[in-house]
Amino acid sequence: MSSESFDLTREESDVGGFGDRLARYVFFSCALVTVLTTLAIIVVLVNGAIDFFAEVSLVEYFTSTEWDAINETSFGIWPLIWGTMLITVGSAVVALPVGTLTAIYLSEYADPRVRRTVKPILEILAGVPTIVYGFFALSFITPILQTLFPGTGTFNAAAGAIVVGIMIIPMVSSLSEDAMSSVPDSLRNAAYGLGATKFEVSTQVVLPASLSGVLAAYILAISRAIGETMAVTLAAGMLPQITTNPLAEIQTMTAYMVQVGTGDIAVGTVGYQSLFAVGLTLFVMTLSMNIFSEWVRARYREEYQ
Amino acid sequence: MSTDTDTDSFDFDGSALRRKRLLGKAFVGACFAATMVGIVALIALLVDVVTEAWGWLTWEFLTYPPSRFVENYNPANYGALDTGPGGIYPALIGSIYLIVLTAIFTLFLGVGAAIYLEEYAPDTRLTTFIETNIANLAGVPSIVYGLLGLAMFVRALQTGSSLLAGALTLTLLILPIVIVSAQESLRAVPDSMRRASYGTGATKWQTIRNVVLPEAIPGIMTGIILSLSRAIGETAPILMVGAATSMFAPPRLTQPTDAFSAMPMQIFDWARLPEADFQHVAAAGIVVLLTILLLMNAVAILIRNKYNRRR
Repeated sequence: MSSESFDLTREESDVGGFGDRLARYVFFSCALVTVLTTLAIIVVLVNGAIDFFAEVSLVEYFTSTEWDAINETSFGIWPLIWGTMLITVGSAVVALPVGTLTAIYLSEYADPRVRRTVKPILEILAGVPTIVYGFFALSFITPILQTLFPGTGTFNAAAGAIVVGIMIIPMVSSLSEDAMSSVPDSLRNAAYGLGATKFEVSTQVVLPASLSGVLAAYILAISRAIGETMAVTLAAGMLPQITTNPLAEIQTMTAYMVQVGTGDIAVGTVGYQSLFAVGLTLFVMTLSMNIFSEWVRARYREEYQ
Repeated sequence: MSTDTDTDSFDFDGSALRRKRLLGKAFVGACFAATMVGIVALIALLVDVVTEAWGWLTWEFLTYPPSRFVENYNPANYGALDTGPGGIYPALIGSIYLIVLTAIFTLFLGVGAAIYLEEYAPDTRLTTFIETNIANLAGVPSIVYGLLGLAMFVRALQTGSSLLAGALTLTLLILPIVIVSAQESLRAVPDSMRRASYGTGATKWQTIRNVVLPEAIPGIMTGIILSLSRAIGETAPILMVGAATSMFAPPRLTQPTDAFSAMPMQIFDWARLPEADFQHVAAAGIVVLLTILLLMNAVAILIRNKYNRRR
């Protein structure tokens, strides 16, 4: 079509008067706000972290295995990272298999009517505020764990991991389903023609063909679990420690930031400055996961006509 | 009929097929069960919240400020109280004002940025960078936005732990989602309409103002309301900015630099208190929060449906 060559998005503003040029600059500055936001986040975190590392050595931060910011005695980040990892791995164990199987069911097996009902329900699950998940963990999941495993504390890593797992199921399932649905039917039909069963088509054709999208969904969901705050604060507690017992109380990086934010540590102290160092650590972790996810999607994408 | 003896001796392994079928059935069962996990979890969550809140959610709960004593929240004690009953009123009003301010800010910034990217932006490195940056911002944890708000608005711009600081922080938080959804709405406006407008001699800005925006605004509104319904439930950013937990008077919209409380913050405060009965109070607060969320989503869906029918 000849209209393809007529680009509507360029340079017409030269035609208009002052108002037209002004509009362009106003809209451009709106878009610039997003870039400034990123810059501001980086400046704020790095600036705060520099103040913190003037008092505490980087070596201590990355090698000490004890975190006691309230008494300002030791600032080793590992207990907080460990807590975050416990929650992240636990929630991944819950959400990745469940989310993937849900995606396969919705994409390959469910009839359109079921899909139209189930997808909005899962979207609701994704829209529930995280504070509500925290309450759900405290009032529903932890009591069940306490019945199953007597001696489980009010705050424990397992309840936090389960509830964060539930929270990220919709993310895994909807992004994976998008990837599976975009696998062309010709691939499925070819496999059926070779005598494959539906199970074989789903697991040996569709899943491998959509792998880049599914993996990208996994990484995004894990990144979300790392940054999750309120649910883990309420469910998993405020005790920074390195433990392999999932029923013990722990503290994640985010929960520590909440602890400082609620005023447990006085403003201006080294403990308070640690907020920005922990925030920077969290930001770097989630940002690299997100970039990695994008890279996986681009690198391993299968192109279909 | 010519018979081939070879076909009679064709050895068909029925057990392998049976095993395959069984495996297939087991797999469908597993997939279905997995799908149910999400649905059952949602039902369990809603039932849990409603049963915990049952009997504690009263009109007084909506209209009175919070109390330090859990007895004050119990409707059974209402008659015997020296003070008024305990409730969520200041936080409820705080949340509503917070969302009103956030809506105003995001409407301008979000739609403006989307218009630039869809209608004006040239195909340059800078544009690609802006779009990639927006995608990355959407993945930044909300508590990091809280730190940004604390350092930039509360401290540097000296707004204090105010309604304004909270609203600005929430604006930056949902801006990436608003921009992406507004971009989709603008993209859905057919180019033929833009051409028709240029054909009448309209300038670009006139075209956007008179043709593109009116056509895209229902979609944009749906996106903004859905994003705001995410913002109203956010706790971590307003917590870092310093939302109060025990405000006895609601903030005033005319004084945006006043201190404020908001529902998620108040719920968090109740939920972590040790007295068992505070769980009921927190649940009652959650029911109020979820009801408002539901209403906002209903409005968004109504706008979307009306818009789709017109198409």
